[in-house]
Amino acid sequence: MSARLNRTNVIAAHGVLILYVLIALFPVFVIVINSFKSRRAIFREPLALPDAESFSLIGYETVLKQGDFFLYFQNSMIVTVVSLFFILLFGAMAAFALAEYRFRGNTMMGLYLALGIMIPIRIGTVAILEMMVSTGLVNTLMALILVYTAQGLPLAVFILSEFMRQVSDDLKNAGRIDGLSEYRIFFRLVLPLVRPAMATVAVFNMIPIWNDLWFPLILAPAEEVKTLTLGSQVFIGQFVTDWNAVLSALSLAILPVMALYVIFSRQLIRGLTSGAVK
Amino acid sequence: MTAMKLENVSKSFGPVEVLRDISLTVEDGEFVVFVGPSGCGKSTLLRVIAGLEDATEGTVTIGDEVVNHIPPAKRGIAMVFQSYALYPHLNVRDNMGLGLKQEGQPKSVITERVAKASRMLSLDDYLTRRPSELSGGQRQRVAIGRAIVREPKLFLFDEPLSNLDAALRMNTRVEIADLHRTLSAAMIYVTHDQTEAMTLADKIVVLRDGRVEQIGSPMELYNNPANRFVAGFLGSPSMNFLKHALQDRADVTLGIRPEHLRLGGAGRVQGRVTHVERLGGDTNLLVRTSADERLTVRLFGQHDASVGDDLALDYDDQHAFYFDADDQRIAS
Ligand SMILES: Nc1ncnc2c1ncn2[C@@H]1O[C@H](COP(=O)(O)OP(=O)(O)O)[C@@H](O)[C@H]1O
Ligand SMILES: [Mg+2]
Repeated sequence: MSARLNRTNVIAAHGVLILYVLIALFPVFVIVINSFKSRRAIFREPLALPDAESFSLIGYETVLKQGDFFLYFQNSMIVTVVSLFFILLFGAMAAFALAEYRFRGNTMMGLYLALGIMIPIRIGTVAILEMMVSTGLVNTLMALILVYTAQGLPLAVFILSEFMRQVSDDLKNAGRIDGLSEYRIFFRLVLPLVRPAMATVAVFNMIPIWNDLWFPLILAPAEEVKTLTLGSQVFIGQFVTDWNAVLSALSLAILPVMALYVIFSRQLIRGLTSGAVK
Repeated sequence: MTAMKLENVSKSFGPVEVLRDISLTVEDGEFVVFVGPSGCGKSTLLRVIAGLEDATEGTVTIGDEVVNHIPPAKRGIAMVFQSYALYPHLNVRDNMGLGLKQEGQPKSVITERVAKASRMLSLDDYLTRRPSELSGGQRQRVAIGRAIVREPKLFLFDEPLSNLDAALRMNTRVEIADLHRTLSAAMIYVTHDQTEAMTLADKIVVLRDGRVEQIGSPMELYNNPANRFVAGFLGSPSMNFLKHALQDRADVTLGIRPEHLRLGGAGRVQGRVTHVERLGGDTNLLVRTSADERLTVRLFGQHDASVGDDLALDYDDQHAFYFDADDQRIAS
């Protein structure tokens, strides 16, 4: 390190990075500190830290008293985790097929799937709603899970198939000669080697699903299937907004995504392929 | 009995023909080497034999069974790959045992065969290590061990030495030859290295552009190449081709191996030394002839030739090869 970079360069690089972190985290910081202040203090001095006088847990009390908040939380968690699971499972399987097998229409299929990256799924909202109505899935978490899985698959297939093409052919062939089934080869040999790519896909998909307001509002607005983002909207009225509650709800909503992110990013960083080949 | 037989095998990837009409046999216990420049289709041919690719045309017979529609695991073969291809999540013991486990062999058989193979390859101390904790040479032995424990009728090696350094390559080459003597199973070995081919093979198959150029024992091919390609590919340094050495026959090329040229004599080839390689046991002279062609002379022992010297070279007619305009060998 010291041989290649002199001190000033190191300091400058860190300075730039720290500045970026500060800018990126500032809104989050403001939300979190204000969630611990009384309503008056929020508006008088939005940037001040909570002190003995302005400190208040009223927002959190409101949110927790709202009762269903834990249910919303749970709904969001189920929808996000199950959608990610399906995106990764089906995405990886489709990617393996596209990368590994030569069949008629392979390229066309790849292009067709890639098309989904460019066309936003919301364009089809009306059709999706009609479908959900006729299948009786309106106001179920399943409706959201299906839509998010569909939304996440194109990019997942695109990224994962690129990575799977790089997995050594020899390794897969060695498995075939040893009599492993294609499923074993996929799950035991290939998937562990593309784990960093899977983590990337998971992180990319997680935040938009967790934060989405559009589809919960349209497909699952009923009380018992509300997601956290939709549930928080009760605090935002047309005329009065309970800012304490909104900020507290947002602060709480950060926690689970952060936990998921930590899990996935560890996979992202871990280099796994060493020693497999050559 | 034949261990493996190919009849008119062709393979295309879409419009690209990679293998064309290949027929050959491998006898029981024979060591056959497929040799040819990179991209000539050696690996593809090996994968067709293994069942990892389907032949577009022709039949593959292993033992006395046509195996075109039999999956790789049931063909009674084992394969060693250039990149070793060890399972990264398994330790050495399980890497070697997985194939047997898939066959449904009882635990006792697996343990016994793995122990035998690891003793043979001196891997006993590494059985519980993961592939990532082994050196390149050790990984290669594990890959070989994984093939041995299957006790196959036919071994397939795809350039197993090309990722090793020179010293290790030589040692492993000898070990593979030993292995062949011990196991007495048929082996097919793919390489682009003519030294490996010459030193290991009972029978060499020279391939070019997906076609068989010539099949024969190493010395048959060395002494009696069918065409200019085979003549130039086998032997190191490779054969000299002189287009203008035979004044009276403009369309005939003279082929003469570096070790068959000698100094002096009638002096049918004249030239000037452009470079000298001293190897201790041998001295290689790079020479530009009076007809402005390059050639290599290999002299036994040490010589004090230096760059710029004028030389008169000669050869015995029995060592001269003649090739026509289509690069085919002709009698004289
Ligand atoms: N899966 C494939 N699809 C298309 N072309 C291929 C495929 N595999 C090999 N080839 C082509 O076949 C030719 C021979 O390849 P290969 O058998 O690997 O050569 P070698 O092992 O002799 O170096 C090469 O030109 C290569 O590009
Ligand atoms: Mg090859």
